[in-house]
This record gives sequence, structure tokens and C-alpha cells, in this order.
Amino acid sequence: MSAAEYSIQVQGISKRYKIGAAQQRADTLRDLITNQVQRIGQSFSREGRARKAADTIWALKDITFDVRQGQALGIIGRNGAGKSTLLKILSRVTDPTEGYGELRGRVGSLLEVGTGFHPELTGRENIFLNGAILGMTRKEIQSRFDEIVDFSEVGQFIDTPVKRYSSGMYLRLAFAVAAHLEPEILVVDEVLAVGDADFQRKCLGKMGDVAQQGRTVLFVSHNMSSILRLTEESLVLEKGKVLLRAPSAEAVDFYLNRGLNKLGERFWEEDEVPASAAPFRPLAIRVRAKDGSVSDTVRSVEPFTIEIEYALSEDLTGLRVGFYLMSTRGEPIFTSFDTDSSELFKAYPARAKGTYTSRCVIPANTLNEGRFVLGINASSYHIRRYFQDEQALTFSVDASGAPGTHWPEPRPGGVRPVLDWQIAREE
Amino acid sequence: MSEVPNSAKLVVLRPAKGWLGIDLKELWFYRELIYFLTWRDIKVRYKQAALGIAWAVLQPVLTTAITSVVFGMLLKVQSDGLPYPVFVLSALLPWHLFQLSLQKSSISLVGNANLITKVYFPRVIIPLSSVLAVLVDFAISLVLLFITMAVFRLPITLKALWLIPLTLLAVLAALAVGLWLSALNVQYRDIQQIVPFLVQIWMYASPIVYPISTIPEGTLRSLYSLNPMVGVVQGFRWALFGGTPPDFTLAISSAAVVLLLITGLFFFRRMEKTFADVV
Repeated sequence: MSAAEYSIQVQGISKRYKIGAAQQRADTLRDLITNQVQRIGQSFSREGRARKAADTIWALKDITFDVRQGQALGIIGRNGAGKSTLLKILSRVTDPTEGYGELRGRVGSLLEVGTGFHPELTGRENIFLNGAILGMTRKEIQSRFDEIVDFSEVGQFIDTPVKRYSSGMYLRLAFAVAAHLEPEILVVDEVLAVGDADFQRKCLGKMGDVAQQGRTVLFVSHNMSSILRLTEESLVLEKGKVLLRAPSAEAVDFYLNRGLNKLGERFWEEDEVPASAAPFRPLAIRVRAKDGSVSDTVRSVEPFTIEIEYALSEDLTGLRVGFYLMSTRGEPIFTSFDTDSSELFKAYPARAKGTYTSRCVIPANTLNEGRFVLGINASSYHIRRYFQDEQALTFSVDASGAPGTHWPEPRPGGVRPVLDWQIAREE
Repeated sequence: MSEVPNSAKLVVLRPAKGWLGIDLKELWFYRELIYFLTWRDIKVRYKQAALGIAWAVLQPVLTTAITSVVFGMLLKVQSDGLPYPVFVLSALLPWHLFQLSLQKSSISLVGNANLITKVYFPRVIIPLSSVLAVLVDFAISLVLLFITMAVFRLPITLKALWLIPLTLLAVLAALAVGLWLSALNVQYRDIQQIVPFLVQIWMYASPIVYPISTIPEGTLRSLYSLNPMVGVVQGFRWALFGGTPPDFTLAISSAAVVLLLITGLFFFRRMEKTFADVV
């Protein structure tokens, strides 16, 4: 395929942001002066130099991909994966820090509908203004004006200032202008979360038409069903890198599965475990909901499981592995070890080297709603503590259906047991 | 399937480095956006104001009245033999043009942050269109000046055509300073606090309420003429009322404008890359 058949080709695009700068950025001259003084002080200390590197973050790192002319490519990824940054670079709102890219044809970007809409101007005036901002010529706008008004369904209010529009009307008009933009490359970010279900269907239809007309579309959405409907292929972004490029069905699958693993679970990398922990090596801790799925949120009224996975590089005597359960403020709620029961204590006086999982079921109706912290401890009583991490994982408990939730007040305390109350009328 | 022609515009993405000039071809390509943003600024300014565009006339009238009372009647400032109100008004018009343009353009980038972070276009369009929008007010207030001159029975000669290049000079001066300040304001919001004081000082540093003859000729006058508005105001008075042509003053002022404008453009282009990330 010759280069001309590609609409988009990007090579090693990276974008660095100064995050430290975002927080302590000199917004005023006074800050600038005090920051400079601090910086001079810091440059003499090692800490200062280390911090300088930490001040920047790579929102995108070495992104390479191409899009054939007429292809609709989806981009999926969690918040902060770099999707929006990528679209901003492709629509030339911001420059890449590194890399090179070529776009063939006019680029229309819909990073947000209604960009440049002015509340004081009428619908008619805003169509022209917004059209011009999005890159349409006045002639193009004039020739599509009636179509735009029709599509937006605001008809009779077209000469009313848009500040008097309902938010639905406003969004419909904004989308209508954007939908009638006819660039060779259309870059779209989450615009379909607009209006009621009917209008959304109409928008999706319109987007589908655009893709049918041989235009190249880049489409970012959190809505997997619209990704599946509008695109054949998708990129999965994570931490600023392209993790996968695959047919959309496969990409969505991959993304969703990955999404589940991410929360409610914590892995320890080799370099996170101090050498002093050997022969104990923690691998993972996770929370599993009643149905067995790893989950960030469990229900108070259902049992759930806490699972600790670890490896022993030698046989160990008297090992116990357990957790501390705490509130996010660090108040202990309870502590439990896998050999607490006398049966298991007798069954495991020693463990041979190998990989283990210790599972603990927390019965239904134990925890109150809120966020909890799990700490992990692996030790041999009175002999040695191998490993301890007091903030291994956090998870949430949802109290819906728990006793007393018919009153919407928050209940203090970490536990929410089902208790046996009796009410008797004394004669 | 509609084909994208091979000649379709090729857009190159790459890190912007170093100093860039201004791309006039691209500006021409975006001329309709300049038009619409200017039009928006004009439209919006007087929306929901009972007197509407009449304010374009009322503002200089009120300022003229105030300065005439304070400086003309109470302080008895000289006015080169002209009726004080005419003397002041002839200077206030270009001054207002400059001042408003400067004020609007310096906050223009921050005011249009939503555009800058969402859509690409040459950023210079934003301060440019906010300056152009002020020109409309100026044109209206010019009519007021001609009426006032007729009332005071002062003739209007062909020399008045000089007002056109002089107006251009005032606009370019405002744009030049606006480019500097708007780009700086993206980073340091202090600028919008400083601007009101800046224009106040600038006004008294220009021969508006007093005649230029107050400033002794020689080195001091030359330094004084570095203020672009000195040349513009003197030019206006000369084009309308005659007297000695302000060749020397105007030459220095024009040179100052050119210098400010070129450095302003380069500075703006250099800062431009980070606008969307910082604003």
C-alpha cells in the first residue's frame, strides 16, 4: 500500500507534561520568584535533582500506528491512559514532545461539542460561528444550514439566544453543527453522550454515515457498544502506550478483562519486595466478590473472599500468613491469620517450598459501608517477621440491603452485623 | 466512496522547536475564522445593553467631558489654541482605540481558553480579532469627531486621509503590545491585574490631555516619541488641525511599533506551543 492510501501515520509520538509544574506552577509572578529561590536551594541537594525528574510525566510514550484512508479506528483505554492527549496531538491542539506524524487531508476535531458557542448569540449565529471554528467555510455552512437546523430539531428557536435553550436543545444544536462537518479525517471524543436515547441513536447513525462515506474516523469512547458499532479496529491504550491493536471485538474483550484485573487486586513485583523477606515472596492479594470475580467493591450483605498468593523458596516452619483490616484512617477493625483455627494450625506446622494461596471468607453482614485497607503480614510467631505491608490493597463495601439502610444516614463504625433485636411491650 | 485526492493537504505533526515566523498563507486560509471571531466580539459586546452600540460614542463623549472640565477648565492646560474639547477628543479617539485593543487583546487568549484547548487554528487570530473588533467602535466614534469639528467650525481637509495610516499604526501598536501581554497572561495572570495601571500610565505618557509642546525638544522629546501613541496622537492633530508635521516624532514612533510588533510576533509564536497545555 502506498503512503497516500494512509490518512494518518504517526511514528514514535510522545508527549511529556510537567505535572509538578501543574501543581506548583508559577501562576503568578510572586510564585515564580519564590519557586526560583527554592529551585536554587534544591539544586544543591540530591533530593532536589531527583524531584526535577519526577516533575514530568509522559502522557504518551512512543505511539506508532497508521490508519488507512476511510477506516474507522477506535481508541479505548482507562481515564489517564492518554487517549485525550493523543487526540489533541492529532487535532494539532498541542504539539508532540517527540516523534513525527503525517495527516492527509483536513482534520476536523470534535473534542467537545459546542466549542466556541456563545450563550448571548442566537442559534443561527452560533451555527456560523461554531462552523467557522470547526473549520467550515461560510459557503459550506450556508449550504448545509437547513440540514443542520433540521437535524438539531430546534427549528423555531433558531433566532433565540442559546442561553435560553434547554441543555438538551443546546447539545442537539452543537452536535448538529459538528455532524455536518465534512473533513477528510474526523477525530471524535465522547460526543455521543449527548441528549436523550433517541437523539443518541440519531447521532450514532450519523457517525456511521460519516464512516461509510470514506472518511477516516478516529473515535474515542468509554461506551464499548458504540466502539463496536462504529469501528472495525481499535487501539487499546494504557499508561500512554499502545497495548494492543486488534479487531474491535477482540480489543474490547481484552480491555474489559484487563479492567477487571486492575482493581481489587495488587501484585508485588520482584523489586518491590525487600530482600529480607526471603524465603517468603508475596505475589498478590485480591478481593473476590461472592461470584468469584475480582472486584474493587463488595456487598456488605454477601460473603466475599480475601486471597493472598505467595511463594516460598525454602521450607518454612511455623509460618502464618494473614491480614489486618483497617479503616482508611488506619483504625484497626480486625486481624486474622490463616492458621488461626486449631485444625489448620495442626495441619501446617511447616510448609514445603512452593507456591500457595491462602483464602479467607468474610461472612455476609460483617463490614459496614465504606473504604477499607488491607495490610498483609507473614511471620513465624516469636521467631521472625518475613514480610509486612500495611497498605497492600484498598477496597469498598457497599451497604445496600444491609440492616438499617432504609434510613439513608451514614452509620459510624467499621462493622455492620445483622443483630437479633426484639421489641416487647412491657405491661 | 468519495476519494481523498492525493493532493489533499498534508499536515505534519512534529515537536515545534525554536523560533518561528508568522505563516501569512495560513492566516489567509483562516480569514473566515478571523472574520467570525471579530464579528462575535462586536456582536457580544453590546448585547443586552440598553444603549447598544451607542456606547461606542458615549464613552469618548463622557471622557472628553470629564477631561475638559478637569484639565481644560480647572487646571487650564494649554491646548495649542484649539477649543479644549476638540483638542482632547481628537487625541482620545485614537487613544481609546489603542487602549481598548490593548485591554481586549491582552486577556483574549485566556478568555478563549475553551477554543485553544479544543481546536487548532493559528493562535494569533485570537488577539488579532479582538483588536479588529475595536476598530468598528472607532469608526463610529470618528463620525462623532467630524460632527464636533463642524460644530466648532473647524474645516476638514484632504489631509484627513492621513488618519487611515495613522489608525493602522495605532492598531499595530496595540496588537504588538497585545501579543506580548496575551502570551504572558497565559502563564502569569498577573498581567490582567497590571494592564489597567499600564494603560493609565500610558495615557499620561501620551500627549492627550496636554500638548506635546510641554515636552522640551531634543533628547527628551526623542525618548518620549518612543511611545508609539505620541506619534499617532500628534499625527491625528496634525491631519485634522494642521501645524508642523510630526515627521520626526512619527518616524521614531513607527520604528518603535515595528520593533515591538516583530519581537511580539516571535515571542507569541514561541509561547504558542504551550498555550493549550498551560492555559
